[in-house]
Parts: sequence; C-alpha cells; structure tokens
Amino acid sequence: MKKIEAIIKPFKLDDVKEALTGAGIIGMTVTEVRGFGRQKGHTEMYRGGEYTVDFLPKMKVEVVVADGLVDKVVALITVAAKTGSIGDGKVFVEPLEEAVRIRTGERGDNAV
Amino acid sequence: MAPGGWAPFLSGDCASARPEEGTTVTESESIKRTLPWRIVAAVIVACLLAVGGWVFAQDKPAAPAAPAAPAAAPAPPPKPDPGGTATGGIADVTAKEAGKPTLAEVADFAGHNRVSINLMWTLLTGFLVMFMQAGFALAETGFTRAKNVAHTMMMNFMVYAIGMTGYWIMGFALQMGGASPLATLGNTGVLDGEFTISLFGKDFGLWGTKGFFLAGSTYDVGVFALFLFQMVFMDTAATIPTGAMAERWKFSSFVIYGFFISMITYPLFANWVWGGGWLSQLGKNFGLGHGYVDFAGSSVVHMVGGVTALAGAMMLGPRIGKFNKDGTPNPIPGHNLPMAALGCFILAFGWFGFNPGSTLAGGDLRIAVIAVNTMLASASGAIFAMFYMWAKYGKPDPSMMINGMLAGLVAITAPCAFVSSFWAFVIGAFAGVLVCWSVFFIERTMKVDDPVGAISVHGTCGAWGVLSLGIFADGTYGDGFNGVPSTVKGILYGDPSQLVAQIIGPLVNFCFIFGASWAFFKIYDIAFGMRVSPEVELEGLDVPEMGAHGYPEVHGPATLVHAMGTSAVKPPAMSMAPGRSR
Repeated sequence: MKKIEAIIKPFKLDDVKEALTGAGIIGMTVTEVRGFGRQKGHTEMYRGGEYTVDFLPKMKVEVVVADGLVDKVVALITVAAKTGSIGDGKVFVEPLEEAVRIRTGERGDNAV
Repeated sequence: MAPGGWAPFLSGDCASARPEEGTTVTESESIKRTLPWRIVAAVIVACLLAVGGWVFAQDKPAAPAAPAAPAAAPAPPPKPDPGGTATGGIADVTAKEAGKPTLAEVADFAGHNRVSINLMWTLLTGFLVMFMQAGFALAETGFTRAKNVAHTMMMNFMVYAIGMTGYWIMGFALQMGGASPLATLGNTGVLDGEFTISLFGKDFGLWGTKGFFLAGSTYDVGVFALFLFQMVFMDTAATIPTGAMAERWKFSSFVIYGFFISMITYPLFANWVWGGGWLSQLGKNFGLGHGYVDFAGSSVVHMVGGVTALAGAMMLGPRIGKFNKDGTPNPIPGHNLPMAALGCFILAFGWFGFNPGSTLAGGDLRIAVIAVNTMLASASGAIFAMFYMWAKYGKPDPSMMINGMLAGLVAITAPCAFVSSFWAFVIGAFAGVLVCWSVFFIERTMKVDDPVGAISVHGTCGAWGVLSLGIFADGTYGDGFNGVPSTVKGILYGDPSQLVAQIIGPLVNFCFIFGASWAFFKIYDIAFGMRVSPEVELEGLDVPEMGAHGYPEVHGPATLVHAMGTSAVKPPAMSMAPGRSR
C-alpha cells in the first residue's frame, strides 16, 4: 500500500478526479492548502499599492492504492494536472503501514 | 441541558421524536404523506376560482329589468375608469356644496395640494436618503477585513439610531430652530428662534433655539417633514468617519462620538449654511454673491463627515501593519469587493433623494435637471477614476472606481441645481481624478490610514463641489436664494463674488469641524482611550469588542462546535441533501 499525495492547481482538481475515477480508483481525500515552490508568490494591486502573496492556494489530493497501481495513478495525475507552466505542483509517494475500513473492520488492501 | 419546554429542541433528546437514525423514508412513503395535502390545496384553489368567476359575473351589467315606475329614474350604474382619464375632477375638490366649489375653496385646495406635493416629495426623498445608510454600511464593511465585519457593520448600523436620538434631543433645534418660514412646506413660522451676535453692525446667526425634542410649538407637520429630511442628512455625515476610523476604534468611544456629531458639530455648521446662519447671510450682509451656497450638502454633509474622519483617523493612528518602518504604506485589501460595489450602487440610488429632494419641493421642476446632473457626475467620476488608475497602475482598480463614482456624487451635491449637464459631467470627472490624488496624498504624504477612502471621497471632493459651484453656476436657477435677488452665477458667468463666498465656506468648515472634532477626540482619548489594544486589533475586533464573529463559519468555532457534538442545533435526522451529480 502506498499513499500518493499530489499538490495541484485548484482548477485542475476536476480533471484529476475524472482521470482517477475513470481508471477505477474509488476514493480520495482533497484539502485546500497554501504554499509555494519555485513559482514563489505573485503580486496583486489594491488601491494603487502592490503587495505580494507568498502562499498560493493549491489543492492537495490524497489517494491510497495497492502497490501495483502506484505507477499508473502517478502517471494519470501527472498528465491530468499538467498545464506546462510554472506552479503545476508535485506528486509525493510514501509507504503506508496499515488501513482499516471502519464499517467492516477490513484491513490492508481490502480496505482501500 | 436547557431547562423548561425548550429542552427537547435544544438538546439531543429529541431523537425519539424523529424517525430513528439510520431509517430512511422512501420516496413512495413521502408521496403518500403529501398526497392528501395536495388534494386539499387543489380543492381550495378550485373553490377560489369558482368564487372569483361568480364575482366577475356580477360585474356584468344586469339585464334590463322590467320597466319600473317612471317617476324614479334609476341612477346610472357606477362605471370603472380603466384608462384613468376620468378619475379626479371637480367633485374631488373639497367644498361645502359638493361639485360646486367657490373660487376661495378652489384656491384653498390648490394651496393645500401644492404643500401636499412638496411634503410628499420631502418625505419620499428622505426615505431614499435613509436607505443610503445601508449603502455606507456595505461599502465600508466591504473595504475592511473579515475579522472586523461585525464591528464595522454595527458602527454603521447604530449610528442611525444614536444619531437620530441626539438630533431629536437637540441637534435639529440648533440647526433649524431659526429657519422659518418654511416656504415650500406651508410657510410655517414656528421655527423662529436664532441666536445671533452683532459684529460690524451686522447680525451673525450662530444657532437655532426652537425645536428641542420637537416639542411645544414645533409639533407641526411641516417641521416634522423637515426633521425627517434633515435627520437622514445628518446621519449621512455621522456615518462617514466610521469608515476612516474602522478596524481600530473602540465601540464605546464611537457611541459617544455619535451623540457628539449629531448634537453639536454637524448642527452648528448646518445652521450657518441652511438654518439662516451667518455663512448663508454673506450675500445679504457683505455682497458676496448669494452668500455661501451649498445646495444639497457637499460641505454641510460630506465635508463635515470627511473632516471629522480626518481628525479621528489622525488621532487613532494607522492600523498595525499599514506602514513599514520607512513610512511606505502597505495595501490592506478589503474582504468583499462585491459588497462594497453594491453599497456604492445603493448610495448612488439614494443620491436621487439627496440632491433632488433638497428642493424640499416636488413642485419645483428643477428636480429633473438636478437628478440628471447627479447621475452624470456619478458616471464621469467612475469613468475618470477608472482611466486614471488604468493609465497609472496598469489595471482599472475596482475599489478606486467605486470611490470615483462616490467622489463624483459628492462633488455634484453642492452645484447640482445650478449647473448645466456639461459642467456636471466635468465636475464629476475632475472629482474622479481628484479622489485618486487625494487617496495617495493622504496615505503616502500625510501617512494617515483611511481604510475606505472616506476622507478623500467626502472631505476633498466635498470641498471641490462647493468651489465648483462658484465657478460653473450658470445663472438659470436660484432667484432669491438666501434672500438675494437674481439667480446664482459662478465666476465663468459673471459673478466672482460668489466664488469668494464658496472659498470662505470650506475654510470655515475645515477650521471649525477639524478643531472641534480634534478637541473632542483628544479629550476623550486622554480620559478613556479611543483605540483598542494591539492584541485586540490583531485578533480582530469582532469578538473582543462585539462578542460575536461576523462570519462564525469562517473565523469562529461554529463548525468545530458542531463536530464536537456540543452544538445545540442538530441537523435534521432525515437528510435531504441533494445528490451531487456531475
């Protein structure tokens, strides 16, 4: 089991979701997050004054899948979330020890 | 658990009164439940239709009855007048012998009608101006941050109630106590007390002395109509400083201020211009045009508000984080531009009461010119602010376009009755640029923090408005204004002395209002303190000052409380949330 964590542009969330559900991946968790990478922030204007927004709004998508699906899911997310310009985000993959479905008590791959 | 009969509703004990958790009510069951009600509703509608048809059937002319006794000719049946051309006529004139009024009775009726129209107009436009309070509340709250919305909104809300009370107690008397006769509102002469002093052999009216609590001889319809109209104007001035002083002002201090401006500073200056006081008499006494002319209050209302705002904002100091150590300003964006834009639109709508209503006469047909001038200046103000910001900073700044429209409106308020549409557009256009300059000057040069631009919109452009009257007034209106024969002319139309009066007015306004407000704020600050603590300011004023979040779902614990199961309000057990289809 692996947890795949993708930080993406907010307006790409629908594309990523459709790509994953279309490939049979059922279930994900999304969070509104803020942050910056190489893109740094950007500047905005208010009443003639410029100000910098350091932490830009992003979406974090978390998906837990069996080991065999990791490459496929990462590829799907990378394609779906890509615009080609700076600020597209990143995908992280980390190992996961255990998962439990609360309703039935199933564990491991059966629970995801 | 809450005691008493409310307990089941407030606590979780009500579960038994509802379907068990987890059970679902199927669609067919719910249809069965609602079906009898649908039948009952259908029967009721059918009955109503039947009764309606019967009633209409009665309207048809009855079939000619059998010829009755020829002596009593039946009166013709009453005829409706769907076109409206036949309604109202000689029979509607009040007369001893119905349908045959004497000349005196007709004249009486015409006079009563004239005053009726004027009084209706004054009240109706006053109602429109009252609605401007909503515009101010939205504009100011939209331009401030979400953590302070309850505080900013409630200042705008309570100034209406506080100001009105103070104005009723004594403000109105000081302002209009010596203003009679009210020519358009029935020539009532009861407001006949003006305190004057004599200097250089001339009388200087300083304040009125009749009408405290609207009691005694001022219990009069004309006076009451005037009170309503003048009250909402005063409240407009009183609510302006709440924007410039927002996000750091103690609410308790604001409450005392509400009484101060409505009972003392505003009424005094308004008396000098509108209540028969000394500024309005500059023409009669010293030959300066028609005296100081401010038709609807560029200075009396807006500059008073703007200058008070300047004194208050200087006394309070800037918000934490507004200026860097080197003095350069940081933008602090308002939390809701749509709210501010809506507020601006409501204000622009209310201005149709503000300016045209200031004739106090619906029978004064100049109101058409006034209304058109008002809307033209608002347009040019917004357009020129837009182009200025676009050219200078690359984008048409939304908040400055909003300020620009208001600046045009403030500027045209004094000259609206005296200028042509072309000059109205020019006055608004210059105000639109002037407000941008003024915002930057006040922020970058004076280092005064004005979150909403109230000082620039109302103070600076208010002064420009009265000056512009002295330049562009074209002599087509204002015969006999302030007791001076002939019409009002600016310097371009041959009367330089009018411009002199128009310069004296704002100078007096600034010196008196700034001095008095500064003294008041300073004394209050030393005695009780005007500004909240830095901790409160950083946290947001809503909870420390008001006890409640403006947006509990965003800043408050509302959602968490619910998740923790301690919320008093439970969601309905039968969730009917619509499925999200995509």
